[in-house]
Amino acid sequence: MFADYTWAELGSIFAMQGFAGLILFSVLLLMALGLAIIFGQMGVINMAHGEFMILGAYITYLTSNLFSTYLPDLFGIYFFIAMIFAFIGTFLLGSLVEWTLIRHLYKRPLDTLLATWGLSLILQQLYRTVFGPREVGVTLPDWMMGSYAVSDSIEIPVNGMIVMVITLVITIGVFLFLQKSRRGKQSRAVVLNRAMAGAVGIDTARVDRFTFALGCGIAGIAGATFTMIGSTGPTSGQLYIVDTFLVVVFGGAASLLGTIASAFSISQAQSIMEFFMSGSMAKVLTLLTVIVILMLRPQGLFSLKVRR
Amino acid sequence: MLQSKLRSLTPKNDVISFLILAAILLVALPLLFDIFRLNLIGKYLTFAFVALGLVLSWGLGGILSLGQGIFFGIGGYAMAMFLKLEASSPENTKIQSTPGIPDFMDWNQLTELPWFWEPFHSLGFTIFAIFALPALFAYIIGAAMFKRRVGGVYFAIITQAIAAIMTILVIGQQGYTGGVNGITDLRTLLGWDIRTDSAKYILYFVNSILLLATLVVAQYIRKSKLGRLLVAMRDSEDRVRFSGYDVANFKIFIFCVAGVFSALGGAMFTLQVGFMSPSLIGIVPSIEMVIFAAVGGNLSIFGAVYGALIVNWAKTILSESYPELWLFAMGGLFIAVVLAFPKGLAGIYESYVQPLLNKKFKSTQDK
Amino acid sequence: MKKEISSSRLGTTRRTLLKGLAALPAAMVLASSSYAADVNTTGLAVTDDTVKVGILHSITGTMAISETGSVQAEKLAIQQINDMGGVLGRKIEYIQEDGASDWPTFAEKSKKLLVNDKVAAVFGCWTSASRKAALPVFEQYNGMLFYPTFYEGLEQSPNVIYTGQEATQQILKGIDWAKETKGAKKFFLLGSDYIWPRTSNKIARKHIEKLGLKVVGEEYYPLGHTQFNSVINKIKLKKPDVIFTTVVGGSNVAFYKQLKAAGIDLTKEKPLVLTLSVTEDEILGIGGENVDGLYASMKYFQSLPNDNNKKFVAEFKKMWGEKSVIGDVTQAAYLGPWIWKAAVEKAGSFDVDAIKKTLPGIELTTAPEGYVKVHPNHHLWSKSRIGHAKADGTFDVVYESKDLIEPNPFPKGYQ
Repeated sequence: MFADYTWAELGSIFAMQGFAGLILFSVLLLMALGLAIIFGQMGVINMAHGEFMILGAYITYLTSNLFSTYLPDLFGIYFFIAMIFAFIGTFLLGSLVEWTLIRHLYKRPLDTLLATWGLSLILQQLYRTVFGPREVGVTLPDWMMGSYAVSDSIEIPVNGMIVMVITLVITIGVFLFLQKSRRGKQSRAVVLNRAMAGAVGIDTARVDRFTFALGCGIAGIAGATFTMIGSTGPTSGQLYIVDTFLVVVFGGAASLLGTIASAFSISQAQSIMEFFMSGSMAKVLTLLTVIVILMLRPQGLFSLKVRR
Repeated sequence: MLQSKLRSLTPKNDVISFLILAAILLVALPLLFDIFRLNLIGKYLTFAFVALGLVLSWGLGGILSLGQGIFFGIGGYAMAMFLKLEASSPENTKIQSTPGIPDFMDWNQLTELPWFWEPFHSLGFTIFAIFALPALFAYIIGAAMFKRRVGGVYFAIITQAIAAIMTILVIGQQGYTGGVNGITDLRTLLGWDIRTDSAKYILYFVNSILLLATLVVAQYIRKSKLGRLLVAMRDSEDRVRFSGYDVANFKIFIFCVAGVFSALGGAMFTLQVGFMSPSLIGIVPSIEMVIFAAVGGNLSIFGAVYGALIVNWAKTILSESYPELWLFAMGGLFIAVVLAFPKGLAGIYESYVQPLLNKKFKSTQDK
Repeated sequence: MKKEISSSRLGTTRRTLLKGLAALPAAMVLASSSYAADVNTTGLAVTDDTVKVGILHSITGTMAISETGSVQAEKLAIQQINDMGGVLGRKIEYIQEDGASDWPTFAEKSKKLLVNDKVAAVFGCWTSASRKAALPVFEQYNGMLFYPTFYEGLEQSPNVIYTGQEATQQILKGIDWAKETKGAKKFFLLGSDYIWPRTSNKIARKHIEKLGLKVVGEEYYPLGHTQFNSVINKIKLKKPDVIFTTVVGGSNVAFYKQLKAAGIDLTKEKPLVLTLSVTEDEILGIGGENVDGLYASMKYFQSLPNDNNKKFVAEFKKMWGEKSVIGDVTQAAYLGPWIWKAAVEKAGSFDVDAIKKTLPGIELTTAPEGYVKVHPNHHLWSKSRIGHAKADGTFDVVYESKDLIEPNPFPKGYQ
């Protein structure tokens, strides 16, 4: 299949394909980060994770309308403000959901699955009622949509780079938060041993609420980011949910490092295979490989050694 | 707690419950509804098979599968393949470039029947496949996971991913599977037209009786030593393991049983509805099936049947009268079941209705 | 006479009364306007002043996005027909059911409409899968379905009128145009992974090869897929002149945004992108600025300059809001009630068997797309058109076939 091309052409294609893999890696990681906290750290199966992402996307849509109507001069930078709004909005909804729903279910992880599935249905219909059943188009400033030509034949999409930068910043932020900050340490302590954490004076209920809301807030940022590359509609969130869970489970649920490694390996496998076969088959093969590996190594790529 | 539960499950109670359910399915519903509604009820009841399987694997065994749609699909597709081959006789398919093969294969330039379709010319093999294929598939999944002690949440997510893969595969291989349209336009079973009203009546009764039989099997398993071991395992797996039992094999067995039940439901679905499509095997239908069991009460085999009936009924009614509202209502229902009634309908019955009945019963006895 | 009948509605059952009526001297019946018994001999829901029809689309679920426009168009057509006095003097009442993007539900609801509600016709279904699921029901209970979507062909049922284009009508002229006007030689075929894109690409490939041109790639992605960077790289490698796409739904948004981000500017036409699946409806979600320069091959665009269309667009916006847009399928859905009305009036009866006889040959001169005619194979004769998308989300029509194209659902040599 490569016979007709010069080495230069092939080189630039592989460079671009490698970059495509990196974008996919960033997308998967960004999707999974919020869930890695909620599912990995807290053990809550949040089936409404996709809907939280879409809420972030809708907030971005609203912000873009707001700026184009009232502050057209600042339209070029609205996106970053929208991301902050998206974080705040989903964070608040996350706290509300934790307070009304999730906190009653910590001892019944499988039941959180049913309850959050119900929540996702409600949110979907809410979006449909408020924003209409059609997808909405989020207009982006021109500078974010173009591409950057590295050489004559290598072109790098700007939005891809933005996704990568955002992912990098958020990942580092989450890492620092969990490892260094007081709240982060508290939340890890609660995950490891709830009773003991409570005994040493940590307000476990508050830590839970904050951790869950933080996971949702990150989902909101992910949703805002994905308006650059994907669609925003009432049911778009459902598309993400399987991929997201697989990334987290494959990485080993309680390990952030594992999530990163798993997002990386899945994205590279998928984008390499996509280049040699039809997208459908590449997807099936990737998922199959992940499952086979999970069957051989059920604890995922990385796992904390915890006494259960 | 456990003792009181065991007491409420005395054989006498179960026999009464069974007779009530049989009377509802076989007498009351057919008398109350016309054939259109009855056919719908028959369709809902096919999901009760799946819910029954989930009561065994999830309620008793603690194994939550989010991929029961896979087995529903295996049963449904096996039956659909048989019916489709019968509907694609060379006379019926004269206009095709290759007569005698299903229409969708002809559209996809297949010129001969794929080898794995061949055995489905035989009804005997088809029925065998409806039992054997899901059991085999469940065995492979179960053996791979349970032997390595994968369970709980992991198992749920992995089965969900398998359901996703199945859907993509079935849709992608449309020359062999009918793709996203599924296998449609099924007409006769051994020459007997399954589309007529009288056939729908008969199929409804066949379906109901089969369901009742499945119920008896489920009850038997629950009452057996195996059932009690499963409960013990769910509550403390290590303790059972240290008592010298091979925990994994029990889990595999019960997962296979749940799979076969689902496949039975799928086959009956195809017979009553007249087609099978990938929209019934994916992630969303699989979760809905779990919901049926949860609403009914995941410990109650009778609850499973009522759960499947009531949720589907509500879905149809709500979407007929308030299409915009039904997702709100459904979502609210799931949350309510989890938060307020974790044991589902069966729990409501046990804690509110049964004491009331007992009281009445006792007070009349006292007199 | 008429009064007597309507006042007796409260009394004995309608049927016995109507039977009595049928026994009256024929001259009397002919003298007054027709009664329900004459125009309806098969027990449809027709009274002396109303007739019931069904509307069956997804209002919930993933397909609600696409089907909303069709529901709106059908309601508009029904209202307009009622304002003109209805069909055979009867006002149309519609019963709307939700298919919920779930194919078994479509079958179930079709059966409800036909068996319980006894509607005279159903306007509905959108995806091929929903039609395939509902079709046996329509054939069994002898209902009449008006199906609006452009689709893959390979079907011809006496109980369905296909008001959208079948694949050959949409594809062949588009490829001819790309060859003749744009000098295209190499094509890259890309689609979502299901029957319509696969069948369309099959026909496209045969036609491209017949013209002596080349297909340099054919790719499919699962429905809802949102990562197209790999295929875009493949496209860059193969350097086609035309990307021929049949990507549907939310994937479209991702595809065009990523195409733009990868530096493929549609307005430069290197390569040119020709789609079968992006109408004005989809552009709302993709964003006009992302498809500026895209070519679409279909039979209708909102900007068609004829008077029928201007009137239709104005009334549609009056009913559904200034912001609403009209795509190819929406227009095709609008034709359904009008074709049904014409067929019923020609037959003088609502009976499905009667209108089956009169449907072939029905003409509409007032269709927004211009003139259409029902072919004996139950598809419509229609023109092929190419539209060129602008940043504001509308299309300029850059090509229109001279004659109506004959529908050919089972094209010889393309299967």
